[in-house]
Amino acid sequence: MIDLIFVLLILTGFVFLGSGRLQFSIRTLAVQGILLGLIPLWGSWEGLWVRMLSITTLSLLIKGFVLPYYLTRAMHKSKVMHEDHPFVGFTTSMVVGIVCLGVSFWLASRLPTLGGTQPQMAVAVSFFNVFVGLFVIMSRRKALTQVLGYLLLENGAYIFGVAFAIEVPLLVELGVLLDVFVAVFVMGIVIFHISKSFDHIDTDQLSSLVG
Amino acid sequence: MLANDFTIPLLLLIPLISGVLALMIRADIPRRILLLSAASIHFLLTLTSHNAPPAFGGWVVVDALGCIFLLISSTLFLVACIFGIGYLAREKKDEQRVHVDFESNSLFENGPESLLTGCLLFFLTAMTLVCVSNHLGMIWVAIEATTLATAPLIYFHRHRKSLEATWKYLLICSIGIALALFGNFLLTVSTTTVHNQELPLLLDQLIKSAPFFQPMWLKAAFIFLLVGYGTKMGLAPLHTWLPDAHSEAPSFVSALLSGALLNCAFLGILRAQQILIAAGLADFGRELLIGFGLLSMGLAATFILKQMDFKRMLAYSSVEHMGILALGVGLGGSAVFGSLFHAVNHSFAKGMLFMAAGNILTVMHSKSTIKIRGLLHIMPVTSVLWLAGFFAITGSPPFGSFLSEFTILKAALEQGHIIIAIFYALVLSVIFIVMAMIVLRMSFGLPRNTDPIDVHESWSMIAPPLFLGLVTLMLGVYMPPILERLLHEAALQLGGTL
Repeated sequence: MIDLIFVLLILTGFVFLGSGRLQFSIRTLAVQGILLGLIPLWGSWEGLWVRMLSITTLSLLIKGFVLPYYLTRAMHKSKVMHEDHPFVGFTTSMVVGIVCLGVSFWLASRLPTLGGTQPQMAVAVSFFNVFVGLFVIMSRRKALTQVLGYLLLENGAYIFGVAFAIEVPLLVELGVLLDVFVAVFVMGIVIFHISKSFDHIDTDQLSSLVG
Repeated sequence: MLANDFTIPLLLLIPLISGVLALMIRADIPRRILLLSAASIHFLLTLTSHNAPPAFGGWVVVDALGCIFLLISSTLFLVACIFGIGYLAREKKDEQRVHVDFESNSLFENGPESLLTGCLLFFLTAMTLVCVSNHLGMIWVAIEATTLATAPLIYFHRHRKSLEATWKYLLICSIGIALALFGNFLLTVSTTTVHNQELPLLLDQLIKSAPFFQPMWLKAAFIFLLVGYGTKMGLAPLHTWLPDAHSEAPSFVSALLSGALLNCAFLGILRAQQILIAAGLADFGRELLIGFGLLSMGLAATFILKQMDFKRMLAYSSVEHMGILALGVGLGGSAVFGSLFHAVNHSFAKGMLFMAAGNILTVMHSKSTIKIRGLLHIMPVTSVLWLAGFFAITGSPPFGSFLSEFTILKAALEQGHIIIAIFYALVLSVIFIVMAMIVLRMSFGLPRNTDPIDVHESWSMIAPPLFLGLVTLMLGVYMPPILERLLHEAALQLGGTL
């Protein structure tokens, strides 16, 4: 069952690479956020039910619903619905995705296993999403898509954290969530200002500062 | 010492609460008084903070390393605020809401001053948290918070170029920070080999049990932490946000970014290096730090070479100096002391230069290194400060940076790293010559007919950079015993020798 979630997390990465409709990309991210929120259910949480439940709910709410809603609003405000001409086309992006997947599994197999039941798959999935996130940020033109790429990258790191049921104190966990939330929020505001003063959000045209 | 149980909580709470208040106060004068008093109290508390008792269950402490960076940040913040308030008062006095962007001749407005003040204070809170954190997760949260608090500061002048700079800053630094989060997780995984105890990522406990960590995972963690925080620190090749943000922000904000923000990210790397040292993997971290340091220095030199914008020149000089800091810690031995001492010198000298640059920009309405001539005739005091700042930043005697840069060079030679030493000396000389050409040309010569004459240089423009200049000058001839003890103690924490 947990393997199914990991497979779905890889698939959402590919779906993201292959689509240019921003609304669809945002929904993909929302699905990924919900999947992420579910992973802790498979951890061993003797006596820590309250903590697990609160973190799971909160991260589900923020990554699955609040951020997607906010990003959709930002999309409508900036009136950009589609990633028209990415630097790297969608088909090529898929090929890059496959390469990323291969590299991720190779890397994961290189790192020594630590005994116990750590899912080796989680490491690979986590690397994969980090790579795809970085690739999306570099290969897309619209500022909004780059924010989505950042979230993908963040999710990748987060998968790692939850899959290993890493003992992070509640306060820090909340801090991480809050930071990500505020980061996306501030980026949304900046995108709004960009669309207002430039009439577009194509980041390749933000190039007056060089050298 | 005067430190008590409340020192650290107050250090964090005073700027935080003042920041919230500043957002709500609408009148300028009370808000500026609030900013100034919060900064002053924070500074006084910082002076007494070394070895303050840990608070919040051991999550926050002030060790020697944190104390040095806290001292730098707090001092620079206070001075920059005094300068900044004078600057804001002058901007408001013009009675016009709309300003002209000198380069593109387009109009722009300033952001609300309450937002600026609030974000400045949140920035101070976050920086303090970075310096006093004993928990790696919390350091991460705090470093990300510094990014978020400073983004609105860079976008204070609301025009297209500052917007572009803000966007690059937010995106690139957030990517860096996300990679550092990954590094933190990898680090936690490396600790799972220690089964017998709970390890809540508290730094002092990590250091104690580090010899038992899984080395491969720990190395992977360090790489991610170095690249992640290195992005924020301005290490090449991920420094690309830095010149834009530094050149577009108001000058006193640039001073804070360069002198305080970059240091905080550096502290994040140093914490990771502390764990590597304890784990017996010090050499791995040191080689990487040397590599990134040399790369940053070399890259900065090539970009300064063709620079036409004096604020960008200062920004690339920051990349260079961050490279020097990384190199010093990487070399180890007595270079660690040199590197930490250099962090102090760089922050104050760069703060001074950015403030002088702000004065020049206000009067001359240009950032061009070619158009500006004869500053000594137009604004003599600022011009002298600008020249003195140049000598202070390039490591000329009798300024403090001469001692610190020389210590690093000496350590490199003593350890037999001849090639590194030659490269280091070469880069420093190239940058000295190039900056000398730019700065001297701007100061001497005759001003053009169209240039303003008899500019009134008010005390709020002069006193703050002058003070910083005097501090770096003093550090070159006399090192206060307290600072020396702190630097030694911190150097030992990082595996250095005396």
